[in-house]
Amino acid sequence: MIEAKNIDFYYGDFHALKNISMKMEAHTVTAFIGPSGCGKSTFLRLFNRMNDLIDATRLTGECRIDGADIYHKSVDVDELRKKVGMVFQKPNPFPKSVFENVAYGLRVGGMTDKNRIRQRVEAALTGAALWDEVKDKLKKSAFELSGGQQQRLCIARALAISPAILLMDEPASALDPVSTSKIEDLIHVLKKEYTLVIVTHNMQQAARVSDKTGFFMLGELVEFSDTKKMFLNPEKEETQNYLTGRFG
Amino acid sequence: MKPDLLRCKRKGFRLFAEALFTLSGTVTTVVILLIILFLFKEGAGLFRSNEVEKGYSLCVHASSPVERLSPAQIKQIFDYETEWIPFRLEDLFDRYSEEELGKDYALLPGKLGEEITKEPKLVAFVPTQYVPTGLPTVRVLPGSRIGWLRFFGGKEWMPTATPAPLFGVLPLLLGTLWVSLFAILIALPLGLGATVYLSELAGEKMRRLLKPAIELLAGIPSVVYGFFGLVVLVPFLQRTGGLPVGETALAGSLILAIMALPTIITVAEDAMRNTPKALREASLALGATRWQTIYRVVFPASVSGISAAIVLGIGRAVGETMAVLMVTGNAAVMPSSLLEPVRTIPATIAAELGEAPAGGAHYQALFMLGCILFLITLLISTAAEIISGKSFYNKKGI
Repeated sequence: MIEAKNIDFYYGDFHALKNISMKMEAHTVTAFIGPSGCGKSTFLRLFNRMNDLIDATRLTGECRIDGADIYHKSVDVDELRKKVGMVFQKPNPFPKSVFENVAYGLRVGGMTDKNRIRQRVEAALTGAALWDEVKDKLKKSAFELSGGQQQRLCIARALAISPAILLMDEPASALDPVSTSKIEDLIHVLKKEYTLVIVTHNMQQAARVSDKTGFFMLGELVEFSDTKKMFLNPEKEETQNYLTGRFG
Repeated sequence: MKPDLLRCKRKGFRLFAEALFTLSGTVTTVVILLIILFLFKEGAGLFRSNEVEKGYSLCVHASSPVERLSPAQIKQIFDYETEWIPFRLEDLFDRYSEEELGKDYALLPGKLGEEITKEPKLVAFVPTQYVPTGLPTVRVLPGSRIGWLRFFGGKEWMPTATPAPLFGVLPLLLGTLWVSLFAILIALPLGLGATVYLSELAGEKMRRLLKPAIELLAGIPSVVYGFFGLVVLVPFLQRTGGLPVGETALAGSLILAIMALPTIITVAEDAMRNTPKALREASLALGATRWQTIYRVVFPASVSGISAAIVLGIGRAVGETMAVLMVTGNAAVMPSSLLEPVRTIPATIAAELGEAPAGGAHYQALFMLGCILFLITLLISTAAEIISGKSFYNKKGI
């Protein structure tokens, strides 16, 4: 379970997230929607502490995963990121072979047994619905795959180290409709084993894949409820306006 | 009408611009090729020169067993005690007065012939115009040309020795490689360390301060580095090492290392920072530590840039002239340790070209040194090209 309590986040003087509290249950898909610059990606990147990489940021509030404060001094950030995987907006495979891309997380985690690595790579690629397409080109460069395949490779790469949570930052925004639907199908399957949090620009996508949806605007969480409820009967007027395309 | 005119004008301009670019490209290429051609043409002349100084000949008694003399042997005869008696024009002036030699030295060849006839062990080194002709007792040694082997395999560089200069390039070549090798060995760990610090560890503020400072170092004239080396480094080495002289290969290597550092750091740092942020994030998001990310992702992704940096550093070291000239002591001897003076190819050219008569063997030998330097740098950059061609990015999978 992921829990955020009274989160405020600043980039220098810019107040990017304003007093956000939210709970996400295990094995659910939560979607964050909202106009560009509303803070949804920033919020997502709190949970694997990717925001730590940016200079001059400040965070107040509590961020807990399974009850443990992930911003506590004693937390090993690298270990945290092994539990909280991430898929980025643009496919970003390493300039290595397909196999090595998936094996990367295992290798940096210290796994050296070749057979185990091979099994885990196959399992991860299967889990990302990519195995059948790449089993004959494991030694080929990841750059030779199509954009959609590359993105699924990045998902496989994240799955290989068996995270509990998978954060996806607009995972389909750079892909064509066919690849997008493959990713969406995958999200439905992954839900059984992982807790997913997905940022998306695409409201239909949020409606299709998520159990719960959070609508962000100008750094605030305007509304957070069951996806069905939000799309059929939003509580707030801003949400209604955004969903009907009056702005954003 | 009007649009047509406009289109015509545009087309004319485009053609003009294209012609201009083509022309400038061609001119540049041709000029560079001509310079290289000139270098090699002048240098190749060396192997058509005689070993004995131009305009001079060596004469011996007809019964002398001497057939041919190598420059080293000639040097031996004229500079040291041997069974042979060296004889120069000056010796003739010592023995005969000007009247005896006649007007315009018309009688000189005759007197020379007498001297050679008297002493079968004599080896006379005289201007070719005064060589006595028609005497059965006098034999002129055949002059042989300077050989490739003597040039590239020679261990002595004495370009101004008479009667026969020694153009052995080995001490200079090895001196250059010796000084450069240690310069790079010193500069590489320091440079890469600084690069990793600057691109990965230093804060933004620190980086903004340090990067321009380091780039500034690259712009300092080499003579200033040389001056620094001469005034600070050389006495320091002499004192701490208890050396007879502080001007050593080590001093040259240290100065070159300092000079190569800014180049290495600037280029390598750019390469490392240009590693896409997405790759770093991907690695970190998979739980890799900062170090794992650096050596598993950033280093391999920037390997071509880093090798370019190293090669540029080597290039700088190999070709550097002034600073090395000032601190290495310039003794053209085979390098055997870091604590002895050496002499590099560029320093030799700079120091000697002014005193070498144009067109002479010495002059041509210096050009040949230039050719060697050119070939070395060509080799280095080709190697770099091949290394970077094999980079992580271009290769299909690793």
